[in-house]
Amino acid sequence: MPDRFSLEVNGQAHSVETDAQRPLLDVLREELSLTGTKYGCGEGACGACTVIVDGEATRSCITSIAEVDGRRVETIEGLASGVELHRVQQAFIDQSAMQCGYCVPGQIMNAVALLRTEPQATGEQIVEAMDGNLCRCCNYRNLRAAVEQAAGR
Amino acid sequence: MNDANLELERYELREPQRYEFATDRRVFNATLGAGLMLLLARDNSHAQPGRRQPRRGEPLGDRLHVAEDGIVTVLTSKVEVGQGSRTQITQAAAEELRLPIEKIQLVMADTEQCPDDGGTAGSRTTPSTVPRVRSACAAARERLVELAAATLEVEPGEVQYDRGTFTTAGRTMSLADLVREAEVAESLQAPPNGEAQVRRVSEWQVLGVPTNKVGAEAIVTGQHRYPSDYQLPGMEYGKVLRPPSYGAKLTSIDLEAGQKLEGVTVVRDGDFVGCTAPSSWQAGKAIEALVATAEWETVDHPSSENLFTHLKETAREGGGRRGRRGGGAAGDVDAALESANQSIDSSFEIAYIQHAPMEPRAAVAEWSDGKLTVWTGSQQPSRVEGELRGAFGLRGDGVRVIVPDTGGGFGGKHTGEAAVEAARLAKAAGKPVSLRWTREEEFTWAYFRPAGLIEVKAALDDQGRIVAWDFANYNSGGSALDTPYRVPNKRERVLECDSPLRQGSYRALASTANTFAREVAMDELAELAGVDPLDFRLAHLEEGRLRNVLVAATEKFGWRKRRAEGRNIGLACGTEKGSYVAACVEADVVDGEVQNLLVCQAYECGAIHNPTNLRSQVEGAIVMGLGAALREAMEFSDGQIQNASFYSYEVPRMRDLPEMELVLVNRPDLPSVGAGETPIIAIAPALAGAVYAATGGRSRSMPLKLG
Repeated sequence: MPDRFSLEVNGQAHSVETDAQRPLLDVLREELSLTGTKYGCGEGACGACTVIVDGEATRSCITSIAEVDGRRVETIEGLASGVELHRVQQAFIDQSAMQCGYCVPGQIMNAVALLRTEPQATGEQIVEAMDGNLCRCCNYRNLRAAVEQAAGR
Repeated sequence: MNDANLELERYELREPQRYEFATDRRVFNATLGAGLMLLLARDNSHAQPGRRQPRRGEPLGDRLHVAEDGIVTVLTSKVEVGQGSRTQITQAAAEELRLPIEKIQLVMADTEQCPDDGGTAGSRTTPSTVPRVRSACAAARERLVELAAATLEVEPGEVQYDRGTFTTAGRTMSLADLVREAEVAESLQAPPNGEAQVRRVSEWQVLGVPTNKVGAEAIVTGQHRYPSDYQLPGMEYGKVLRPPSYGAKLTSIDLEAGQKLEGVTVVRDGDFVGCTAPSSWQAGKAIEALVATAEWETVDHPSSENLFTHLKETAREGGGRRGRRGGGAAGDVDAALESANQSIDSSFEIAYIQHAPMEPRAAVAEWSDGKLTVWTGSQQPSRVEGELRGAFGLRGDGVRVIVPDTGGGFGGKHTGEAAVEAARLAKAAGKPVSLRWTREEEFTWAYFRPAGLIEVKAALDDQGRIVAWDFANYNSGGSALDTPYRVPNKRERVLECDSPLRQGSYRALASTANTFAREVAMDELAELAGVDPLDFRLAHLEEGRLRNVLVAATEKFGWRKRRAEGRNIGLACGTEKGSYVAACVEADVVDGEVQNLLVCQAYECGAIHNPTNLRSQVEGAIVMGLGAALREAMEFSDGQIQNASFYSYEVPRMRDLPEMELVLVNRPDLPSVGAGETPIIAIAPALAGAVYAATGGRSRSMPLKLG
């Protein structure tokens, strides 16, 4: 039987009636039309679906809606304030950190979560934190450069 | 057949999907008779609709429109899958229209709107589409100047035009003004009068300039809609029942098990079973319920354990279309091998690998008044249109395929499986349907880069020169089959084999395998001759572009100094699709793992269009090539892929990033050719050389065996 869940997404309160086990990724995309968060593997192996839940980078494809009941979710759509891009978004443009760009929302959300706890993350910390976000275009040098730029390196 | 068609045929391998709809068989049989069915299906899969016309007579209005705000819409059937075509074609149009790139809006890959420039394959966008777009835009610019002159009542020669502004004797008029005051659209309906003057490379202001990706802001804000992101009013989500193994036939199923679930529509059509539901979660539950009731008859299938034996045993001489081209034949190879004192006889094994684009296959299909519209990720919009026509017996304007900028291709999206499946489900559900393949489906039911067995026999004369070269490629294909080195007696061929897995194109296709085998064999011959691998290659290369990149890479890398220091280094070079690459690698091997990797690569593709994207493509190709060189290989047994997951099929990740130095050789004096593929071909053999230096063991397989 469907249950009702309440969550805050990008500062807005939402109430969703659905199965408790349904992945957050599906709810974001199909119920809230927030398609910026991507499916890449469905098993937490690639990072394309990364969102921030209560400040922590979280793989929304293996997170059930029940797990985020009452919690605060941030997605790529909520990152810029008005027309002003977040510094991580700007760094991704500046460093051409995208080819097809499909992995980019997940990369950016993961980088944002990292830089909130480690604003001046070292190169080593960046590689360690970003290593779980796959880019099949293998644009890793530019991706690393973008996160380094955002970290002020 | 025009030049672009010919190139596609040369460079592509593709197998059709392995299922048929029962209803389609009935339609074909009713309309054409059973005997013609197969022929029709095959023709349709390669259909080129009638819109493809000689470019010379193409009305300029088919290629571009000018709007009242002065924005120019340019159209092409090419797709953007991350290789940079959107930015590049936008630059090309901006260059010839003398406009900043912000004033160009590029519409790509809509079969209803766009002139057919062919599919996106074989690195053809740069040498074939860009010149077409430039030529049309240059002709349009001339036409607009004439129109402005007439409006301003002066001679065309008295009008200066730049950046959207016409000027004559102190008076100015903007492009937007011209659209309001003159019949621009009508004027562009006529084809160009003659060959328009395109800007010389030395005068380029937009091309050749580092340019960031067009549409980057939509990507970093999550606003860009990939095919899997399309949502239509009333749309449902689809899932398809997949067989448990290759070749398995459905013998019984209880459709009611899925049908009884709330909101679910189950579709069965021949071997095809699928369902739709208001959410993908519900559709997934319905498929699980159906899977539990399905019974299958399975068939034997070769395993990856005995893959290379299987290829060898099923090989057929002759090689078909692929085997006949590319390879060279000269002199008497057998006699030369027989009489030589020093020779090698080496076999190379190339595993199946997969493209694994981050966005798996996806399509949204909508039927409206008998007309079918599909948004899907494919490199071949017009071929997908043909597949849909074939599958549903549609004619005329009945099908429209739109390819939104897609999440990766790498040669892996030449087919329209998801489009056909989504359309079948949408037809049954009576609603638009979004079908998004899972990662496991993509790893199992898409296609693979061909595996290959390559046998090289070669011999040296008493001066240490190659005197015989016998090169046989089993299954993996003919790209870069012909050795670029000077050899008096040679034989090069492709043998066709029974491929256990469905196989198709891949970034640079077979040239990676052929370059790997050839370059490792060159290292073996150099060792036999007691000569440095660089000197050995230089001794067998004519003056020219390949030699130039080899010299450029080795100089930048410091090959001779590192060699003298006894470091673990390797090198390789090659050419494919008209561009040239050489790579040098230094690496350590510690506990069976490559460490401290340094790659220095030189690459030359004529006049560079976008240095920013070129660097990104070359670096991406090197790292992607490292994946296939070190880890990637499909494992299969009992008709199942055993590593259909990013946990077990390990693609490169950030920590694999080597230190990279690039030499991007710009040749403004030479035509520009595509750069998305060839930079991938040299890294594996160069790494093999470094691994040999480090371990003393010669690995002749991709991925390399490091133990």
